[in-house]
Amino acid sequence: MNIPANLKYTKTDEWFDPSTGKAGLTDYAQSQLSDIVFVEIVVAVGDAVKSGKPIASVESVKAAAESYAPVTAKVAAINEGLADNPEILNSDPYGKGWMIEIEGADVSGLMDAGAYTKYCEERSH
Amino acid sequence: MTFIPHAPKERDAMLKTIGVKSLEDLFKDIPEKHRFPNLHLPKALTEMEAAAELGELALGNENIRTDLVCFLGAGAYNHYIPAAVDHILRRSEFSTAYTPYQPEISQGTLQATFEYQSLIAALTGMEVSNASHYDGATAVAEAVNMAFAQFRGKRTKVVLSPAVNPQYRAVVRTYTQDMGLSIEGDDPSAKLAPDPQTLIPLINDNTALVILQYPDFFGRIYDFTALVEAAHSQGALVCIAANPIALGLLKTPGEMGADIVAGEGQPLGIPLSYGGPYLGFFATRKKYIHKMAGRLVGETVDNRSQRAYVLTLTAREQHIKRERATSNICSNQGLMALAAAIYLALLGPQGLRQVAELCYHKAHYAAEKIAEVPGYSPGFATPFFHEFTIHCPKPVAEINAHLLEHGFLGGYDLGQDYPGLKDQMLLAVTEMNTKEEIDALVDVLAEVAHD
Amino acid sequence: MTENLAVSIVEPTIYDLSSPGRTGVTFPAPDVPKAELPQGLLRSDLPLPELGEVDVVRHYTNLSTFNYNVDNGLYPLGSCTMKYNPKINEDTARLPGFAFAHPLQPVETVQGNLVLMYQLQEWLKEISGFAAVTLQPAAGAHGELTGVLIMHAYHNSRGDIKRKKMLIPDSAHGTNPASSSMSGLEVVQIPSDGRGNLDLAALKAACDETVVGLMLTNPNTLGLFDEHLEEAIQIVHTCGGLVYGDGANLNALLGIIRPGDMGFDLMHFNLHKTFSTPHGGGGPGSGPVGVSEKLADFLPSPIIGIVEEGQDDRLPLYGFLSPAKSIGRIKSFNGHFGMFVRAYTYIAMHGAEGLREIAEYAVLNANYIKARLNGKYAIPYDRTCMHEFVVEGQWAAAPGVRALDIAKRLMDYEFHPPTNYFPLIVHEALMIEPTETENKATLDAFADALIKIAEEAKTQPELLKEAPHKTPFGRMDEVKAARDLVLCCWLPEVNE
Repeated sequence: MNIPANLKYTKTDEWFDPSTGKAGLTDYAQSQLSDIVFVEIVVAVGDAVKSGKPIASVESVKAAAESYAPVTAKVAAINEGLADNPEILNSDPYGKGWMIEIEGADVSGLMDAGAYTKYCEERSH
Repeated sequence: MTFIPHAPKERDAMLKTIGVKSLEDLFKDIPEKHRFPNLHLPKALTEMEAAAELGELALGNENIRTDLVCFLGAGAYNHYIPAAVDHILRRSEFSTAYTPYQPEISQGTLQATFEYQSLIAALTGMEVSNASHYDGATAVAEAVNMAFAQFRGKRTKVVLSPAVNPQYRAVVRTYTQDMGLSIEGDDPSAKLAPDPQTLIPLINDNTALVILQYPDFFGRIYDFTALVEAAHSQGALVCIAANPIALGLLKTPGEMGADIVAGEGQPLGIPLSYGGPYLGFFATRKKYIHKMAGRLVGETVDNRSQRAYVLTLTAREQHIKRERATSNICSNQGLMALAAAIYLALLGPQGLRQVAELCYHKAHYAAEKIAEVPGYSPGFATPFFHEFTIHCPKPVAEINAHLLEHGFLGGYDLGQDYPGLKDQMLLAVTEMNTKEEIDALVDVLAEVAHD
Repeated sequence: MTENLAVSIVEPTIYDLSSPGRTGVTFPAPDVPKAELPQGLLRSDLPLPELGEVDVVRHYTNLSTFNYNVDNGLYPLGSCTMKYNPKINEDTARLPGFAFAHPLQPVETVQGNLVLMYQLQEWLKEISGFAAVTLQPAAGAHGELTGVLIMHAYHNSRGDIKRKKMLIPDSAHGTNPASSSMSGLEVVQIPSDGRGNLDLAALKAACDETVVGLMLTNPNTLGLFDEHLEEAIQIVHTCGGLVYGDGANLNALLGIIRPGDMGFDLMHFNLHKTFSTPHGGGGPGSGPVGVSEKLADFLPSPIIGIVEEGQDDRLPLYGFLSPAKSIGRIKSFNGHFGMFVRAYTYIAMHGAEGLREIAEYAVLNANYIKARLNGKYAIPYDRTCMHEFVVEGQWAAAPGVRALDIAKRLMDYEFHPPTNYFPLIVHEALMIEPTETENKATLDAFADALIKIAEEAKTQPELLKEAPHKTPFGRMDEVKAARDLVLCCWLPEVNE
């Protein structure tokens, strides 16, 4: 399981990079969903998103999930390329698989990598 | 115990294995107060008696094969069904199988459905078809669901042509009553001009979907290309409800730019059966596929490198996506889709074109002959396919009663749905109607006018 | 590995089989003068395949041999009630008076059909304990949508417009939440308790003046009759909500108890499950809805009724009635009439006693298989089941084996697998519903196969992981299907 130390995490399996403002789906989430075949970002640039509100809808061969905003902030960019290549969410969840970029966010409610690792382990049993 | 195959000895052995004394012991969780109600139902019939009773009931109807000559359409049509269609449908391999969730032992259904999708795409001029909806009306209602989902609920208006089948319009209203949508254009007292350009002013950037019918409810045909372009310029989607037999001859809704082509597949080899089961077909562009409701079969390979088929993109559907799915549809019209596929495979391009042309020529012959009868005149001076409207000299109900006495099932009384079309009748003519029948109809109509 | 091999074709598609110039049917030449075709409105080409009748018949006959079906053997799909479909049904449905009646014929010419529909409405009312029935809905999910619209309309008609929440147990079919959200309602999930019943405390907590109602499958998808059913219904009624019954599992209750008597306000029937109409490879179904007195006015329009009373020498006239506050029309024409004929035939052949026997033997068969599997498979919520039960398809001693593998391996023993991975609240669920139409020998063979597979899982797990072996097709590459998205045998030109 890849859980980069520099990122922050949510209980709903999103990551957030405070240095770049990018957010996406964690490696744990993509592996649980398995082969992702559809992703739709449901917010637009300029939208004010609230932490815990849906930002994307993801469908794999066998499952469907929603992705939620990790923090309350304004959307600065969305990953337009994702819709045509949803499998990037499987292959590169922390890189090319970023979903949205946001600006000006308070990260105090998020888990660090250690806490998130523990949280994932708990759920694997 | 007709269909319960247990001998008493076996039943007792089973009860013993379970560890209870009687069948009643299995129902202890059921509240005693209401347990084992006394149902007032007629005494059970043997198969022989049931066959006789059902035979009697069936004889209580006048059917359009031996009793009546049918000139009634209005959404359900009398066409010839080649014998092979029902022989294949009756195979229990197709009829008694479940939804093909286990592809290794369901390739018959899966490949047949894949071929059905291909045939519907070909017929409508679209890129992809789903595995079916319940009927034409619900397929059109699902087009609204799809458009609503495509715009994620942000566009809240549907422009619905009043020339769409009144039953489809009613179903769209029923389906959407709690969705917070507004429906415009659906005014049965409107002028009902053949030119649907009158809908254009209603289309704006809040319009999710424009719904048209082709041929429309009055049988009229019209090239919707300009209207579709106008809708697209506002970002709206367009659904055209089409008659599949007409598509054997006419320009496809796909060529006109439609985003969704839905409709009633009953004319494709499905008996009238007093209204159902029929077949809702639904085709769209590939880019909208994730918001389309209904099952979808895709090609793949198995682990023996054999070409095979599976239900695909299933995460869109209710059993996985639950409350976030575009629709709640689960059971569809699998066997009726098979009927349509067999019908289209049997007819091929030649046969379907032939049927479409027969309908066209016979309907035009009938329209022309009726227009020659004093008292009758054409309702619209617009090109039509196999249905047309006529002004009658008397109330339609009166004329139909007279026709019935002469063994004719007359046309649809348009005054029921359109106040402005009082005393107008919608007649349908198909390949099943001979020249003799049409001439006889004309004679009776002339007779009624004189009475 | 497979990617290096050429893909072989077991049965070509109808497009593969096409050869220009053939047709399977010809029609008579026009007997009327030809009219001028509408130039400018003609299609340029019609890319349908060209085959002779024998090509078509052989193609579909070949395809049919790839399908498992009820006439082959046991089809124990939980919550699907894959019972034997009597042959007589197929004959009665095709009687010319039924098959060749136009749905818009004057009612005087179709009294046979209307009497049949009226009688079926009456019988369904009697069987379920409801006051009124509509036959219009096309399938179970369509019945649910009808029901949800009725519930919402009922509240709105009373000025009670705050109700926007539908309560749905975690064991429910996906159609329940999907039907609710189609009606603009918010779905609130209610957990199950340790015995598989609805968690009453959670239900109570969720009940307030914003609740439209509860959608409840009973027996639930664990095959259990809720032990606190009446209390649960009471709780919902107390907050002003209505209780909807998902009738998917009605087969267990025929002649045993009537949902209307238990306090359900409305329910759909699945004629294609309970009343033996064939499933058709995915449909058509038929989903009539029964409602209590206070909801009768909201039923979809029209319903079948007596429009003119009979007199001594005259039969009553049956026709269409419009309920006063109807939610509107939910489907075109008169519902799936062909399914009504089949269900009518089936009910007529059973009578009250026969229907009760259906439920009794369905429950006997399920409990028998359950008893046979006891100790070999983990059975969560192990108590007397109704017509179906759920086992776990996993063992600590067989790591890596999943319910899916068991399902696939069952095919090698020539059985259709049970429903798997549902309900969602049981890990690796296998949901088994044998129905009443299977004899002891078949049930024993099925239980033997499952027990054998439980042993194989521990001794030769690869047999399961690679199963099925004996079917004409093996496991599918579902990822390829979803990623490549080939949905059509030929690709139409895109008109941009």
